[in-house]
Amino acid sequence: MLGKTANGLFWMYRYLERAENTSRFVETGQRMALTRLGSSEGEWRSMMQTAGVLGGFEATGEEMSKDAALDWMLRSKANASSVLMSIEGARQNARLVRTALTHEVWEAMNGCYMRARELLSRKVNERDLPKVLGEIRQGTALVRGATHGTMLRNDIYNFARIGTFLERADNTARILDTKYYVLLPSVMSVGSSIDNVQWETILRSVSARGGFRLVYGNQYNPEDIAYFLILDGRMPRSLAFCVGKIRDNINHLAKDYGTRPDSCAKVAKLTDEYLSRDIEAIIDQGLHQYIQTVLSLLHDLGSQIEIDYRFYE
Amino acid sequence: MDKNQIFDEMWGREESLRPPYGLFKEWFDGEEPARLRAKQREAEDLFRLTGITFNVYGRAEAEERLIPFDIVPRIISGLEWQRLSKGIEQRVRAINAFLHDIYHGQEIIKAGRLPERMIAGNDAFLPQMVGVKPPGGVYTHIVGIDLVRTDDNQFYVLEDNARTPSGVSYMLENRETMLQMFPELFARNRVQRVENYPSDLRSSLSACAPSMAGSSPTVAVLTPGIYNSAYFEHAFLADQMGVELVEGHDLRVIDGRVAMRTTEGYKPIDVLYRRVDDDFLDPLNFNPDSALGVPGIMDVYRAGGITIANAPGTGIADDKAIYSYMPDIVEFYTGEKALLENVPTWRCSEPDSLAYVLDNLSDLVVKEVHGSGGYGMLIGPTASKKEIAEFRKKLEAKPNNYIAQPTLALSTVPVFSQKGLSPRHVDLRPFVLVSPDKINITPGGLTRVALKKGSLVVNSSQGGGTKDTWVLED
Repeated sequence: MLGKTANGLFWMYRYLERAENTSRFVETGQRMALTRLGSSEGEWRSMMQTAGVLGGFEATGEEMSKDAALDWMLRSKANASSVLMSIEGARQNARLVRTALTHEVWEAMNGCYMRARELLSRKVNERDLPKVLGEIRQGTALVRGATHGTMLRNDIYNFARIGTFLERADNTARILDTKYYVLLPSVMSVGSSIDNVQWETILRSVSARGGFRLVYGNQYNPEDIAYFLILDGRMPRSLAFCVGKIRDNINHLAKDYGTRPDSCAKVAKLTDEYLSRDIEAIIDQGLHQYIQTVLSLLHDLGSQIEIDYRFYE
Repeated sequence: MDKNQIFDEMWGREESLRPPYGLFKEWFDGEEPARLRAKQREAEDLFRLTGITFNVYGRAEAEERLIPFDIVPRIISGLEWQRLSKGIEQRVRAINAFLHDIYHGQEIIKAGRLPERMIAGNDAFLPQMVGVKPPGGVYTHIVGIDLVRTDDNQFYVLEDNARTPSGVSYMLENRETMLQMFPELFARNRVQRVENYPSDLRSSLSACAPSMAGSSPTVAVLTPGIYNSAYFEHAFLADQMGVELVEGHDLRVIDGRVAMRTTEGYKPIDVLYRRVDDDFLDPLNFNPDSALGVPGIMDVYRAGGITIANAPGTGIADDKAIYSYMPDIVEFYTGEKALLENVPTWRCSEPDSLAYVLDNLSDLVVKEVHGSGGYGMLIGPTASKKEIAEFRKKLEAKPNNYIAQPTLALSTVPVFSQKGLSPRHVDLRPFVLVSPDKINITPGGLTRVALKKGSLVVNSSQGGGTKDTWVLED
């Protein structure tokens, strides 16, 4: 396989994952703004901070409002992580690697892009938001489904999966990075309504409210939430789950190609040293610093993969 | 032009149904127009979803557009096709022999059949190819011959495409779409297959691999990239052949071979089907500013380390100035009279011809010698006085740049319009594969149709569409 193709697959699936993540943030933002008594601008600001797109928005000088926030996250061309730009990025990369994709995957990707472009061709009214987001997520889910159902389990699939899980791990880690303080034990934590809302936001942002309830019942507890998002191998957006998948795929590649490049050691270090600890130990030693270390190791792993598999040279 | 001056491929001149269209007509008469209109829209959705689009140059935003597709097939009988193929095969053999000769002994010039200035002063002639013998002796691995028809038995060659003919993906996708939408039509008519083209192309290219290649040569398609207008086709062909689609920056010369950067290191390529023009192929040997090519590939090529398809320098054979000599060229190399006729052509470089052309501009089509895509040409009968006056100035300033031809009464084939079946002018581009021991012509080709009533311009950049082209089993 061409190095360029591996790169294109990696980014196609990263962007696809990013489109889903951003749409989930929008959904959460709207939900929180609707159910809060305080200012909806404040909720949106907090949501955009969690999504990591607040800085970019503030740089435009535009005033914060519900509509401005929606537009920035859904369809702004200036926001590289907006739903529309992410889907365009995924489709552009899909065109680049057209020969590596099955007919079904390509058509699903192209169809998803065409529909998203149509739905997001003008400002989205809040009333239409659930329908629009629903359709877009259906589109991305179709690409994912076609990928699982029709692609050979070879290096093509492995690069697609590595892109997916690296983006997802990065997304979860960023949420933890901006919201870590609400997961710290505090004297008056349990039951405070402010905390409850914050925890709910976090869980919604990773589509994990239902999953969490199933495992822990109705009682939110910051340590449980931290464990769920970082270490719980059952939770498909936890750091441990995502990095575990990356490790599997990197090992498949190593077996296929008959070489063990540096990325193998790097992913092993992440799982063995950082994702096999107790949650108590992580919190005792400093949750924020831990998350930042993991983020930087993830970034480093991504760069190593680029080098190992000759994405650019 | 009067109606009865024009030959319609379904109705002839006298409104009597021609036999190849018999079964189609029967089917068509039994169909609800509303259903067909819905099918026409469905076809467009299919094309859009598959991504069969071309990028329009010169737009701020890279816009992807569909080439309109018409659901009425263009139907050719097996016998008609047999006659045509003989002519095409003869012409393609002659083109390859001509290219070999031009880059070696230049016997045709010595024999006085082609003036030396046609070669010496021609930009399409590549001095770097002199004395080079391409692997297998093949110059034009893929040829597209543009044909027009004016009568039952009268075809003319409008143009030879010996560089990088495009459009074959439309031939294949048009058929695929028709099969999906109207399976019943194919149950009634026995239509010769075109689907084998990609695998034939791969075998044909492999058969031209350099001697050092093993039993299964590595083939790759070289594209200028996703912003090129024909990118879809490049990706489509690579995909259908099951080979890599590469860009210049994926390639590098290593140890005397051209190699592509893979996830496991550099891997040598034996045959490169390039969809990049000569000028951009190698910044060391041609245009130094090219970022699309591979530095040093020409040196590898000259040393026999790779097959480039088509060979560099084949443009000399499809140059419009050379075109007018094609009947002589065919005769010179095959020893037979050309089976396919050329359109009569005036070379404006010759004073007598120029005088005639200037006197008859309103009746003639005048083309740039190196132009393509229907740009920079004058269609006398439909041009305004002002356009003719402006063109006259250009022609007088640089007569060598132009040739002129009579306006042909191109045949029509019906399209499905709001009013039912309406005649529109068409041309035909069959695709030919050349390997050392075989010339393979896919039965059918790309039919381009001028969708505007009365228009003779079939180019997709100027409002042309396409049709599925059927060759029947007789």
